[in-house]
Amino acid sequence: MERLEIIAITKRFLSEEFEVDEALIVPENNLHSTLDLDSLDYVDLVVVIEENLGFKPTSDDFKAITTFNEFYDLAEQKLALV
Amino acid sequence: MERRVVITGIGTYSCLGENTNDVLESLRIGRSGIIYDEQRKDFGYRSCLTGFVKEPDLKPFLSRRERLGMHEPAMFAYMSTREALEQAKLDVDFLEKTETGIIFGNDSTAGAVINTIDKVRERKDTTLIGSGDIFQNMNCTVNMNLSTIYKLKGINISLSAACASGSHAIGLGYLMIKQGLQDRVVCGGAQEINLYAMASFDGLGAFSIRQDDPTRASRPFDRDRDGLVPSGGSATVIIESLESALKRNAPILGEIVGYGFSSNGDHISNPNFDGQFRSLNMAIKHAGIDPSEIDYVNAHATSTPVGDTTEAQAIHAVLGGKVPVSSTKGMTGHECWMAGASEIAYSLLMMNNDFVAPNINFQNPDEDSKKINIIPEYKEHKIDCFLSNSFGFGGTNSSIIIKKFKK
Repeated sequence: MERLEIIAITKRFLSEEFEVDEALIVPENNLHSTLDLDSLDYVDLVVVIEENLGFKPTSDDFKAITTFNEFYDLAEQKLALV
Repeated sequence: MERRVVITGIGTYSCLGENTNDVLESLRIGRSGIIYDEQRKDFGYRSCLTGFVKEPDLKPFLSRRERLGMHEPAMFAYMSTREALEQAKLDVDFLEKTETGIIFGNDSTAGAVINTIDKVRERKDTTLIGSGDIFQNMNCTVNMNLSTIYKLKGINISLSAACASGSHAIGLGYLMIKQGLQDRVVCGGAQEINLYAMASFDGLGAFSIRQDDPTRASRPFDRDRDGLVPSGGSATVIIESLESALKRNAPILGEIVGYGFSSNGDHISNPNFDGQFRSLNMAIKHAGIDPSEIDYVNAHATSTPVGDTTEAQAIHAVLGGKVPVSSTKGMTGHECWMAGASEIAYSLLMMNNDFVAPNINFQNPDEDSKKINIIPEYKEHKIDCFLSNSFGFGGTNSSIIIKKFKK
């Protein structure tokens, strides 16, 4: 999956699941605060990532990323290994 | 010091209407909420009859996080509670700063549990269930969701007592306020209505199979009744100490004066005259009234042959044959865990609008129902005091007496 496709898919499913304006999901924004994630939301984040991108991030993965751009990097790495 | 306990708000989300105005109209004209549900036939139900309520769209009212833990019981309960709190002039700001409890009746979450288990069977990974399911799956789902949404700070317990759940919830809330332990309690009952909720009950052969005529299938006390019709939704009754209600200038819809209860200690599903007799008598004794003061009885009668017979005998033994009696289940079907709360809401609507709702489909009495005064059609009637019965599997019985409020 190409990076642009990852970005397009991610913007769609995150805005749907977390009811956030797609315009806020830009590479430099903070993923955690933009999506207003609490501890339970990470459970749902794993579910929608697995459903839409086909990999399961770990809690350490989430700790290591801050921005959406870093999430796209993570997705590229994970999908390359699939 | 014992305190007086009054009702300051009611809300209904039922097959008779999605708010109390619509329900009031249905009660007046004797409108049935029963339908034939085709998908039950394919699923293997013996009877496809059910009361119908649609799933509410909560997106305009609640955030994603607030909605995630809700399946039918909590969704329905949110709708009825929203209406009841509005009538009682209670909002989140006030609730958060004061001590208000919640005791809600609910006795199943079958639809939610099966949806969750289906996900695990498919994905073989519990971490892919999602965060909301656990809060949908637990029997206290209504309490967890509503206490969080409305920032309730008082007693917070769910009550499971089969088809008497809603009634006992109100009874226990009443006792807490009477004893001075709470100022106000959000009480009620919720009942899921999905395909999975009633399959095992249907399997007992207890449901009416008069499927060619759904609105005539539920016929409490009628000689030709052949079983109950399942139904659902939610009803909320806000109860409060008189002092609190007066201080807030809240509307007062009625005063709870008596609560009776008993357990049959007998068969798991069959009703029992002695248990019902004791519940009725306890409520009257507790209320400190003469039985002749009761102007209306909202019967539990579900349209099953043995259940209605037993209740007719108990009503006759305790109250005689003159007091007007109707079972609103002719219109609603059996709202099960919700019924004890909804029937108090329906009876309050009758009391405050001077009528008795009809026991529809009562055409011919049997040997026992002919001894009591069943009202088959709308009747203008002044009600100053009514009694509502609720009886459940396992032999749990509840009777509540409510009077028109007088200072």
